[in-house]
Amino acid sequence: MSADAYIEIEELHFSRGSRKIFNGLTMSIPRGRITGIMGPSGTGKTTLLRIIGGQLKPDSGSVRVDGVDMARVSRDELFELRKRMGMLFQSSALFTDLSVFENVAFPLREHTRLPEDSIRDLVLMKLNAVGLRGARDLYPSELSGGMSRRVALARAIALDPDLLMYDEPFTGQDPIAMGVLLTLIKNLNLALRTTNIVVSHDIHETSTIADQLYVIADGRVIGAGTPAELQANDSELIRQFMHGRPDGPVPFHFPAPDIARDLLERAR
Amino acid sequence: MMRMRTIEISVGAFVLAGALAFVVLMVQVSGVSLESSGGGYSLYAKFSDVAGLRVRSKVSMAGVTIGRVTAISVDTAYGEAEVEIRIDPGTGPLPIDTGARILTEGIVGARYISLMPGADEEVLGDGDYIEDTQGALVLENLIGDFITTLGDS
Amino acid sequence: MTDLLQRIGARTLERLAKVGQASVMWALAIWGLPRRGDFALLVRQIYSIGVLSLIIIVLSAFSIGSVIALQFYTQLARFGAEDAVGLGLALVLLRELGPVVTGLLFAGRAGSAITAEIGLMKSTEQLSSMEMMGVDPLRRIVAPRLWAGIISMPLLTAIFNVVAIYGGAVVAVQWLGSDPGGFWSGMQDAVEVWDDLGKGTVKSIVFAVFVTWIAVFQGYDTEPTAEGIGRATTRTVVLSSVMVLALDFALTLGMYGEFK
Repeated sequence: MSADAYIEIEELHFSRGSRKIFNGLTMSIPRGRITGIMGPSGTGKTTLLRIIGGQLKPDSGSVRVDGVDMARVSRDELFELRKRMGMLFQSSALFTDLSVFENVAFPLREHTRLPEDSIRDLVLMKLNAVGLRGARDLYPSELSGGMSRRVALARAIALDPDLLMYDEPFTGQDPIAMGVLLTLIKNLNLALRTTNIVVSHDIHETSTIADQLYVIADGRVIGAGTPAELQANDSELIRQFMHGRPDGPVPFHFPAPDIARDLLERAR
Repeated sequence: MMRMRTIEISVGAFVLAGALAFVVLMVQVSGVSLESSGGGYSLYAKFSDVAGLRVRSKVSMAGVTIGRVTAISVDTAYGEAEVEIRIDPGTGPLPIDTGARILTEGIVGARYISLMPGADEEVLGDGDYIEDTQGALVLENLIGDFITTLGDS
Repeated sequence: MTDLLQRIGARTLERLAKVGQASVMWALAIWGLPRRGDFALLVRQIYSIGVLSLIIIVLSAFSIGSVIALQFYTQLARFGAEDAVGLGLALVLLRELGPVVTGLLFAGRAGSAITAEIGLMKSTEQLSSMEMMGVDPLRRIVAPRLWAGIISMPLLTAIFNVVAIYGGAVVAVQWLGSDPGGFWSGMQDAVEVWDDLGKGTVKSIVFAVFVTWIAVFQGYDTEPTAEGIGRATTRTVVLSSVMVLALDFALTLGMYGEFK
């Protein structure tokens, strides 16, 4: 493993009920870079983020975040560690009973003892960074999807975290909002040098910003490298995914008995 | 911030209203007197039967409440009930030959002790016993007596 | 046959696990150390749990109080015992109807709202995101609601009782013309502070603990979909109403057991 890995995952196994989600997943996320994690829907990309954040415990295998073994931390240490992580949820997850301003101020109020003046300055700076300083008095229900994701981003960076995780940041966004988000993620990474993980199945968008890509399927990593390397990869599975072909190693059909037999069954 | 203010005010009013409700329930409904219960004096009386009498039952004279029952116990040696009565302050002295009866308010109402004035010069002091007592009329006993008399005749 | 047994066993274990989970959650939340700013959260919750339940409590109390007075009056008047209306009304309210009806209304009004609110927070990942920000949702979301319920319920019950008794007084005294002296003094003679008011208050606190506990856990445990929230809300109302009635019987038996 490279010495400069921020997160190291080794031989991760995780199952939900009888369904195996990770089956010996191994990857390392470099510090200060943007790492894209891609894969077909249902491969547990969100689950992976939750394991990194310590919300779910793996069945076996180790997850180290900045050298700390997530399996061994106490509840208090975990909460301490999470102050250094920011996560952007698929649904933005803004607190509906708080205004935009209060949403961004929330982590500051909870974790710092800053005076009201400093909190105000910090919140306005973070909101300015995502271009929504003018929307501070609105409530989440008054925001468009793209705007609420930007507010959630401002909230995620409120404590200047070391690690930022984006869960499907591009789904359901119009092209303009998508462009804004891409620029924001890239710029924030350049400005703050945070380690970023972008979980997505939007190959094109993720490729434009990621320094490194992982493709996961069937509970393990099936391809890794820079976007260019993956584009040129000749593995069938990766080609199918990268080029969006409907059929291939990932079958179009959900496993089922032969159609002829299925149809004849009733006739009998 | 204005919204938080109205919330705080209404919560304050709510808590106050709740506390007030408790006070009303205690004073108006349970009849707890806010005046200190100190003062006055205690008397004792023995009855053959106090069925239906309870602690805090009224003690009255000529229909005026002048005290409360404060304790009821049984003297097993004589099979009698001993009742402690607290006479309200400001009632004035009671003659030593004052009598006590247990009566009922209305036909199904609560039992209370009625004091019948005496004529003696001497008065009852704190802790004295009322000698002349008459226990509660127990309906079952009366009916029982009545049936026995019918049988005899 | 063994199949059925196995299914019953599995269901029972599942239920027990849920009760265990809920108990741990309750204990963690209720004994969690309060922090700076928690008082404001508590005030907010007393507002949405207590103050917003006030209208329905007052309206129900008035109608229930007057109906009981009316029924007692018509029955007792046949024995010439109209004076007993006041004491009957007060005893029935303080001991049973006050805490129970308030508990049921509380389950319907506040309990369902708590479940729906927390369920929505869960389905929109607000709880997860709070956790990921290093903020414990048990402390921030659950604890203020539990405490607000425990504080609000006895107050609501007391308000309910007062309104119901005065509602009864309006009917019995103003309308039906019973003697106000008999009404109030009969009540004052019979009602005991601890036996009636005190024990009724104990009941209301116990109901509050269970209703808020059920409501919060159902919200927390909800399946994060629209149907899931709907189902959880229904379950809160049904479960906590049944719980209030069952607990009432148990508490009455326990506290007034030695019927003299």
